[in-house]
Amino acid sequence: MQRIGVFVCWCGSNIAATVDVQKVAEVLKNEPGVVHSANYQYMCSQAGQQLIKEAIKEHNLTGIVVCSCSPRMHEATFRKTAAAAGLNPYMVEIANIREQCSWIHKDIEEATEKAVVLGRTAIAKVNLNAPLLPGESPVTKRALVIGGGIAGIQTALDIADAGFEVDIVEKKPTIGGKMAQIDKTFPTLDCAACILTPKMVDVAQHEKIRIFSYSEVEQVKGFVGNFDVKIKKKARFVKEDVCTGCGLCTEKCPQKKVPNDFNLGMDTKRAIYIPFAQAVPKVATIDADYCTMLKTGKCGVCSKVCTAKAIDYTQKDEFIEEKYGAIVVATGFNPISMDKFDEYAYSQSKDVITSLEFERLMNAAGPTAGKLLRPSDNKHPHTLVFVQCVGSRCSSCAEKGKEYCSKICCMYTAKHAMLTRDKYPDTDVYVFYIDVRTPGKNFDEFYRRAVEDYGVHYIKGMVGKVSPEGDKLVVQGSDLIANKQIKIDADLVVLAAAIEPDKSARPLATMLTASMDTNDFFTEAHPKLRPVESPTAGVFLSGACQGPKDIPETVSQAGAAAAKVIGLLAKDKLTGNPCVAHSDEMMCNGCSSCERVCPYGAITYMDKEFRGPNRTTLIRRVASVNEAICQGCGACTVACPSGAMDLKGFATKQIMAEVDAICK
Amino acid sequence: MQVNEFKPKIVAFCCNWCSYAGADLAGSNRLSYPADVKIIRVPCSCRVNPMFILRAFQRGADGVILCGCHPGDCHYTSGNYFTRRRMALLFSMLDYLGIEKERTRVEWVSAAEGAKFASVMNDFVQKVTALGENKRLEDLRCKR
Amino acid sequence: MEMDNKKVCDEIIRRSGVNPRKCMKCGKCSGTCPAYDEMEYHPHQFVYMVESGDIEPLLKSKSIYRCLTCFACVDRCPRGVEPAKLIEAVRLEAVRAQGNNHLKPDQLPDLLDEDMPQQAIVSAFRKYTK
Repeated sequence: MQRIGVFVCWCGSNIAATVDVQKVAEVLKNEPGVVHSANYQYMCSQAGQQLIKEAIKEHNLTGIVVCSCSPRMHEATFRKTAAAAGLNPYMVEIANIREQCSWIHKDIEEATEKAVVLGRTAIAKVNLNAPLLPGESPVTKRALVIGGGIAGIQTALDIADAGFEVDIVEKKPTIGGKMAQIDKTFPTLDCAACILTPKMVDVAQHEKIRIFSYSEVEQVKGFVGNFDVKIKKKARFVKEDVCTGCGLCTEKCPQKKVPNDFNLGMDTKRAIYIPFAQAVPKVATIDADYCTMLKTGKCGVCSKVCTAKAIDYTQKDEFIEEKYGAIVVATGFNPISMDKFDEYAYSQSKDVITSLEFERLMNAAGPTAGKLLRPSDNKHPHTLVFVQCVGSRCSSCAEKGKEYCSKICCMYTAKHAMLTRDKYPDTDVYVFYIDVRTPGKNFDEFYRRAVEDYGVHYIKGMVGKVSPEGDKLVVQGSDLIANKQIKIDADLVVLAAAIEPDKSARPLATMLTASMDTNDFFTEAHPKLRPVESPTAGVFLSGACQGPKDIPETVSQAGAAAAKVIGLLAKDKLTGNPCVAHSDEMMCNGCSSCERVCPYGAITYMDKEFRGPNRTTLIRRVASVNEAICQGCGACTVACPSGAMDLKGFATKQIMAEVDAICK
Repeated sequence: MQVNEFKPKIVAFCCNWCSYAGADLAGSNRLSYPADVKIIRVPCSCRVNPMFILRAFQRGADGVILCGCHPGDCHYTSGNYFTRRRMALLFSMLDYLGIEKERTRVEWVSAAEGAKFASVMNDFVQKVTALGENKRLEDLRCKR
Repeated sequence: MEMDNKKVCDEIIRRSGVNPRKCMKCGKCSGTCPAYDEMEYHPHQFVYMVESGDIEPLLKSKSIYRCLTCFACVDRCPRGVEPAKLIEAVRLEAVRAQGNNHLKPDQLPDLLDEDMPQQAIVSAFRKYTK
């Protein structure tokens, strides 16, 4: 039997004006288990807390009910008070007689009566409370960053600068991501490589950062502070620690017809390649799909020319297992496929290109060495048409486009149009737009400059179709302001393709039990207040994997994610919430119902040996809750058909007792 | 002359993150609703076992209302979706057993909707009062 | 009169099953329309005018008979508004107001031959039911 103390607070006149606190204290004294009852003007004050502490000692109390304001206000206060007097803090219950009683009722008799019922309900609950101890788990002081684009790079640098070890897993042979492919960046027109490559070098040289390039995350187990991750290092057939990156092999390889994915297939590379001059790590990689040696066993040119003896045709995929305290997802984005947009003739004409392809065309390190030439005949184009919102804001066609706004297209199209006019004043540049969206520092000024200073023709309307005729592309679209249908004989058409999360994000989310929205963007724990955390503890979000973002926004989010990771890794131990689910193994029938409803993947099943009758043992499959992962929602407790699953602090018996007390 | 006015017993389950905070807000704004409503705090609306509701009716409650975060806003991401499905079934079964649909309700009340909380409670109490006492599921042994 | 226009528009919306509010005014329908130059009012204007209750000019305009019902606008609209269906519904409104159709569906088989494209049947109906 508990020894309960009841403390009724006046809250000045907030409660005492409408509730007869004296009477409440008196009536509640007769409730089962109650051995002490008091009332005081301000229970939360120093003096009030002292009153509670003294009563705990004097009356040897095992449970406390404070009839006061909302538990959202002072539950933590009174729990601390109890703990200071040597009582388990979870033996405290609050009866909310201010927000739910004195403040909303006027009649004193009625309010007093309700306060008594609320107090009685809390007492009924405390009678069944048990001391709870929060679980503790150690924190592995190392972070994993998945994705080596600008988001991953910035997050890794920030975490490493704080003194923690970071591993970056990048599926491509080099880090750098999309930003490495971009020519200039809006709105300042800095060269992307000039600001990105120093950061890549910083990453490579940082003593706290390891890069697993050409690698993928294969398996994730564990929970916040204690993730066990298996990383697959794909065979690149070149010894990473031996290769000097001299590039001789990439010049001598006889297999020349490999589409160069770094230039989006607009030119070719060799079967052994280094993606671009500033690649990190600067190590050659053999493309096994094209290498003659690997396919037929007859060639070996690269091995012969390599003075460092770095080529190893027998290399196999390697698996690395490592422990991490926190995981940052920075898997980024890709432009969507244009294959289904027949009206824009993307697959019919080489001169209809996407904006990312245009970036490569304009880039000094690109397939045309920075000269603007049409892919079909390498001629200089005179009339260029840019089409915005291709596949963005497209609600009717889920298989074709995306419903959301891709956010970055307005600005990069303004940039492309401006750069084209700047470099080639002999060109006519048209931009078809639905809306021009330029919220951002110096963004609208940038767009207006394209129009006012560079004479880019912005046309409000959409392109209906593009038809190749001779060596021209006839662009038919509407000019809504002039109320005309116009036709432009263009030389080059650039489509601002919508962007979508990388395809690797979905399987990764499954591994991490992190949630995603219908567009496969990772969802944040709270859209306003916790924008860089996933609802899954210990998993953080950086960059476009969470939603379309430009570079400044990505970098700030990357820094924010790093700050959250540092905050986590700075702790030696994590104290959990003790109000978590708990399964009674004797009652569990191993049906998996709870496992299916758990949004956090906190429940696992294991085979356990039990004592059977007549000294036999039997093995049964039972649920086990990982207290560090469980957030205490209680979904499993209702799903459990045998009643084995219960929630500490909100146990079935406790809530039943509350129901009974109210209905008395 | 004394009028023996019927006062219903109403049990309200409120999730800790949205609806309980909404109820607190109603209190802070002094928005009154009948004292017949007594709130039980649960971490999430999905913690409410159908047993609790049956128990309430068995013990003589006249109405049970469940409040949770708006769909899509659940603090635990998906809890209120479970609630929505479970309660649709339970309420349909209770209806079959003779517990009028008006005695049971699920409402989504966010932490910012103090006014909604009060108006929902006023409306609910009014409907339940109009129906009168719950006798159908009441365990009469509890009264002896 | 205002009220009547509203009613007519509601009826057109109901009949066509089109929700003109979905339109984000991008103009792709008019950009793609092969009969654009023939029309006084263009597909995007149909959507806008029906939504805003400005129906009389549409009913009086020849534009409703110029639409080829090729459905290019329906296919390419990014928001699924289906302007051609709306234009068809406006046309029906004009036709039904005139009453007596000159061509009945059961007269059709006699007029058909194998080479007749479906488009011709549609336009024949249009012409003879004006």
